[in-house]
Amino acid sequence: MESVIDIRGLGLTFERDGRRTEVLRGLDLSIPRGAFVAIVGASGVGKSTLLRVLIGLAKASAGQVSVTTRSAARQPVALVFQDSRLLPWRRVVDNVALGLEGSGLSKIERRARAVEALRVVGLAELAGRWPYQLSGGQRQRVSLARALAVEPEVLLMDEPFSALDAISREGLQDELTRIWRETGKTILFVTHDIEEAVYLADRVVVLAGAPGRAVIDRTIDASRPRHRDDPAHSALIADIRGHIARPG
Amino acid sequence: MALTQTADLPALSASSRARLGALGSIGLGAAGLLAFLLIWQAVPALGLVNPMMLPGPLAIPTAFRSEIDSGMWLKAVTGSLSHYGIGLVIGAALGVAVGVLTGMSRVAEDLTSWVVRLLRPIPGLAWAPFAIIWFGVTPKAAVFIIAVSVFWIVFFAAHGAVRGVDRDLLEVAEAFGFRRAHEKLLKIYLPAAMPGILVGLRTALGQAWMAVVAAEIFGVPGLGNRMIEASSLLATDIVVVYMLTMAALYGILDSLFLVAQNWLLRWKA
Ligand SMILES: Nc1ncnc2c1ncn2[C@@H]1O[C@H](COP(=O)(O)OP(=O)(O)O)[C@@H](O)[C@H]1O
Ligand SMILES: [Mg+2]
Repeated sequence: MESVIDIRGLGLTFERDGRRTEVLRGLDLSIPRGAFVAIVGASGVGKSTLLRVLIGLAKASAGQVSVTTRSAARQPVALVFQDSRLLPWRRVVDNVALGLEGSGLSKIERRARAVEALRVVGLAELAGRWPYQLSGGQRQRVSLARALAVEPEVLLMDEPFSALDAISREGLQDELTRIWRETGKTILFVTHDIEEAVYLADRVVVLAGAPGRAVIDRTIDASRPRHRDDPAHSALIADIRGHIARPG
Repeated sequence: MALTQTADLPALSASSRARLGALGSIGLGAAGLLAFLLIWQAVPALGLVNPMMLPGPLAIPTAFRSEIDSGMWLKAVTGSLSHYGIGLVIGAALGVAVGVLTGMSRVAEDLTSWVVRLLRPIPGLAWAPFAIIWFGVTPKAAVFIIAVSVFWIVFFAAHGAVRGVDRDLLEVAEAFGFRRAHEKLLKIYLPAAMPGILVGLRTALGQAWMAVVAAEIFGVPGLGNRMIEASSLLATDIVVVYMLTMAALYGILDSLFLVAQNWLLRWKA
């Protein structure tokens, strides 16, 4: 199958004040078009760093990373941050339209696309609000809409729901699943929550060790819609948990 | 017990108590002002001070009327406001520009740091000799002095505000493809630094007002100059007219600024 993301031997070392921190080494990962892949791993293992490399915010020190997209879109990859990171001085609709600026669309077209993206996450009626007027869950939906508005082929998500209360989180998980099924986007979803990974993804990749690398890579073939806390998954969850605790 | 005597007003809700409190403080403020005016009137009226040295408040409206009628008041006000406005705009624009540039660029910051350390402690008014040598005793000299005073305040405010911009928000701009300096400037740095820049501008508004008066005392036409003229004729009532005019104009400008600031920062919780 054709892969959108191809990572070969990725290594990344931070250097600061003469101190070197090797975060990733020899990471191989290939992600087919349309897949929903979860990356799990303990805090500090390099999950965010991996996404930052994929979107071009950080540079690999070794290996190759290629993102092959079909469209000539200005922005084939979009990132949803853990904290919503809305720009507080922009109304919701203009936050969502951020990535469309510089795309040649008129302001009216940009706003129309932004409202469309807000509709997908169910928040079209809040388009005129300021970010401070939103709840945490709504903010994260807006952040998702901002990423969707650029119509990326690949959606990178960095622990997007981890700061939310359980009810908002479960609502957003189901919404994300629906959006994925409707749009066929490739999703790379980083989380430290194994249950979340197993509930959402087709495939779970575990990053572990220092420097981090992929220690297991499992396909989940449960049918959808899935059930939370499906006992059929408990063996897999235990297995993943074991690998995170004792990489190798 | 003392505690049992603290009479709480149980019939009043918290909000009506707050309203009473606000009314009370307005009342006290008015009473204080009235007392001030009474004492002011009493001091020359009782002969404690020669009325030539200190005119009472009742003498002021007449003096004000005569200044209006002679056209001097309007001329002085428009003169001062034009030095003030032009100096403020030039000083603030340069201050924002240099502050933002040195805030965004480490090289620019390092390059200017020693020059800033050298020039910054020089008070705006210490530029008066050069202002007069370069521009003569003209409105341009006043504009120059005002612009210098405003520049430093706004420069430091803008520099600090830009340095303090949240890296996370810059990353958002980069993640959405805005990686060039001017894109980050417009999308993130300027709006994020706006609250800090406005704080500096408001301080500058007051500082510039002082600089106006000071520059005009050197002879540039305007409120300060008219005041000095009046004092040389011992027309102390006219001096007071201009002192009050300065207070009133500043109050109006500051209120207008606050309205604009509240609108610009309406996105803040
Ligand atoms: N800019 C940086 N400079 C130096 N070290 C960094 C930098 N960014 C991240 N790190 C380090 O890299 C490691 C991985 O970080 P990160 O990718 O954020 O982990 P995760 O997202 O899995 O929690 C951590 O040890 C972190 O301290
Ligand atoms: Mg992280």
